[in-house]
Amino acid sequence: MIVAEKKPIEEIIEEIKDYNKILIAGCNECVTVCEAGGKKEVQVLASALRMYFMNQGKDVKIDEVTLERQCDHEYLEEIRNIIDQYDAVVSLACGVGVQFMAEKYFQTPILPGVNTCFMGATEERGVWTERCQACGQCILARTGGICPVSRCAKRLFNGPCGGSTKGKCEIDPNIDCAWQLIIDRLKALGRLEEDYEKLTPVKDWSTDRAGGPRKVVREDVRL
Amino acid sequence: MRLQYPDTIRIVRVPCTGKVDIIHILHAFEKGADGVYVVGCMEGDCRFNNGNLRARKRVEQAKQILDTVGIGGERVQMYNLSSGEGPQFAQYAIEMTERIKELGPTPLRKAKQRKAA
Repeated sequence: MIVAEKKPIEEIIEEIKDYNKILIAGCNECVTVCEAGGKKEVQVLASALRMYFMNQGKDVKIDEVTLERQCDHEYLEEIRNIIDQYDAVVSLACGVGVQFMAEKYFQTPILPGVNTCFMGATEERGVWTERCQACGQCILARTGGICPVSRCAKRLFNGPCGGSTKGKCEIDPNIDCAWQLIIDRLKALGRLEEDYEKLTPVKDWSTDRAGGPRKVVREDVRL
Repeated sequence: MRLQYPDTIRIVRVPCTGKVDIIHILHAFEKGADGVYVVGCMEGDCRFNNGNLRARKRVEQAKQILDTVGIGGERVQMYNLSSGEGPQFAQYAIEMTERIKELGPTPLRKAKQRKAA
């Protein structure tokens, strides 16, 4: 899922202080799971903002809505009938949702309520870690299911660097060395000879961000 | 026991303090409460293992939010006692009432009065 973190309320207040009618829009997908922008977070933010403006003596209308997704036309269309009632929208979706809503509702300022961090997994309640950088050329089949692009600080493809110490990365002793994990797993799978000893050729990074904004077109599913 | 405690308090019963969410605390303030306190079981004695520990975290988060929006985090408090401690319950009610009296009415009430005037 896409992992995000709540923005500080002070930062959101600073962005919206000149508006009088504000919609707080949550998203039911990834940001709900990582507890940054779901229905619950919408309620808490809206309540806090209402109290802030009431305390300031400002008459500001703050409403709440949580869409199934903000990265799909059909769900974003659900607010078309009400969008004109608001001076601005604070979207608690990831950066994708904020932008897609902004594209759709061109005349309304759409402001981000979260900082989008990475694609990751819930390691335990309240702990999320990165797993994928969407490089566009998945090599997990040859690296024991552990990604050196997202989990190795140097994105190395042929074994660890000299900074790997006791299985940890030199940038932070709390971070596992991805290549230590890969070697351990390949050993467990009995594929060390097969997958580790063979040199990995230079990776084509054109499918990563290096190639500019990316697009997937599937003619087989297009209408 | 027929203990006396201030009649300014409205008791909201929940099955476990783990049920109390930040939004419940914030809504109480939005609706005009001058203070909110949560009374849970003793830490380590929760029937559901960690309900009261969750409540404490949420109270702390509510404190931070109330500080940020200018209501004042000192208006929220978490207390713990066992079900056999009636006098302690009354004592917490007195303590919290006195604290709120010192702090005065919630700034939201003053803001509403200013607006009405």
